[in-house]
Amino acid sequence: MSELEVREAITRAHREEWARVVAALTRRFGDLDIAEEAAAEAFATAVARWPTDGVPANPGAWLTTTATRKAIDRLRRENKRDHKQQEAQMLHDDAPPEPLGAIDDERLRLIFTCCHPALAMDTRVALTLRMVGGLTVPEIARAFLVQEATMGQRITRAKAKIKAARIPYRVPSAEDLPVRVSGVLAVLFLVFNEGYLATGPDTDPVRHDLTAEAIRLTRLIRTLMPQDGETTGLLALMLLIEARRTARVSPTGELVTLDEQDRGAWDAALVAEGHRLVRERLAAGVAPGRYQLLAAINAVHTSARDIRDTDWSQIVALYDQLVRLDPSPIIALNRAVAIAELDGPEVALAAVDRLEDRLAGYHAYHATRADLLRRLGSSQRSREAYDQAIELAGNSAEIAYLTRRRDQLG
Amino acid sequence: MQYLFSVIDDGAGLATPTEEADIDAFNDRLRAEGHWVFAAGLGSPDSATVIDNRRGEAVVTDGPFVESKEYLAGFWIIEAADLDQALKLAAEGSKACNRKVEVRPFL
Repeated sequence: MSELEVREAITRAHREEWARVVAALTRRFGDLDIAEEAAAEAFATAVARWPTDGVPANPGAWLTTTATRKAIDRLRRENKRDHKQQEAQMLHDDAPPEPLGAIDDERLRLIFTCCHPALAMDTRVALTLRMVGGLTVPEIARAFLVQEATMGQRITRAKAKIKAARIPYRVPSAEDLPVRVSGVLAVLFLVFNEGYLATGPDTDPVRHDLTAEAIRLTRLIRTLMPQDGETTGLLALMLLIEARRTARVSPTGELVTLDEQDRGAWDAALVAEGHRLVRERLAAGVAPGRYQLLAAINAVHTSARDIRDTDWSQIVALYDQLVRLDPSPIIALNRAVAIAELDGPEVALAAVDRLEDRLAGYHAYHATRADLLRRLGSSQRSREAYDQAIELAGNSAEIAYLTRRRDQLG
Repeated sequence: MQYLFSVIDDGAGLATPTEEADIDAFNDRLRAEGHWVFAAGLGSPDSATVIDNRRGEAVVTDGPFVESKEYLAGFWIIEAADLDQALKLAAEGSKACNRKVEVRPFL
């Protein structure tokens, strides 16, 4: 096996097996710290040994065995084994085996522990990326533009709270499951959005590492809980957005809006998979939740060969359903964008203006107004709105786009 | 595993008779289900006195250690298997006493 092949095998094992190894060790030793450190050591050992010893037949089992030995060595070395194991009662697990199969069940336990509602949202995101996604602390810190030490402390504090407050290591009971899954999905959507609309002047406008990680983890949840409609909906939504990723930023780093995108550059395989998942949810005949509706809206967009073929009345109808579920001003703003296509910019502008007191600090509100005013021929007011949008926008591709549109005004 | 439920009052004062009745019912349930350890209401912050004897001479100060709009009005100490169970009980406790409840684990 060539050096390159071994390196690829290690990368693949890290992607596919990290969560499994951490979950198996957490189950055995009842301690997230020990599990994480031992898993990291096992992967370091693989990097050192596989190039000479060869890649084992079952990398996951090799890594779990190696990590288990590392953990036991560490506990012996620290001569605190009994003490640690007493302490380990915090992550006890009292639940009978779930019908999902032991291994998948363990990864699911890990995800639910990292996304526990008693942890702050940004902590849940960081902990999930570390414990389930296997990202390093510097990687996570970079992704969220905070100091490495800050991110390290956040993760350490979270693990300490899990231990001290005895956050259980288990999949929630059936009655709590829907609520807790929605928290997990919110974490994954946050990771995806941060990747999709990365903020900061020095970051890439699209962080493919984050969008890919969010999709991978959502796929994992879907494998573990195929019946959960919102999980399928979120996966479909992410795939349909991800499909347009390369068409969305121009070679010069400027945002390309939906109406100007080269539809031939969309990833046809991702579009097809997203559509299949949306159809699967439609066939289920269950009232769709927020992610399923957003996915359906994106399915309509990606079904049109041309912006002019877009079925705007269906999009507005889907937004109407969405507004009933989620009456947030941001949904209302997006609905107004669709209304502009169906009923004209004047009607849309009236709807957008009604959102001012709630969205005045949000760049997309001003960007939408700017575009509608431009279409209505109000150059001066449009320019002012562009100025405000540029001031508030954080994504470099968006700023480039808004600046050009403003400068094009007569 | 024991948890402290701190009842946080923000000016409502003493519990109303309805709240009292709901708290009694909740306490009965805690006892019946084996969660009960101890519970009590506390005098208002006006009745507090702070003593500092770290330097060999006890200094007595009238009033609570921190003045704030929100204050500790009472507490439960309960026994629960884990945080999920504690949070469920705290949600019911909050409803019964009609106040916010902070949950903290004992070490």
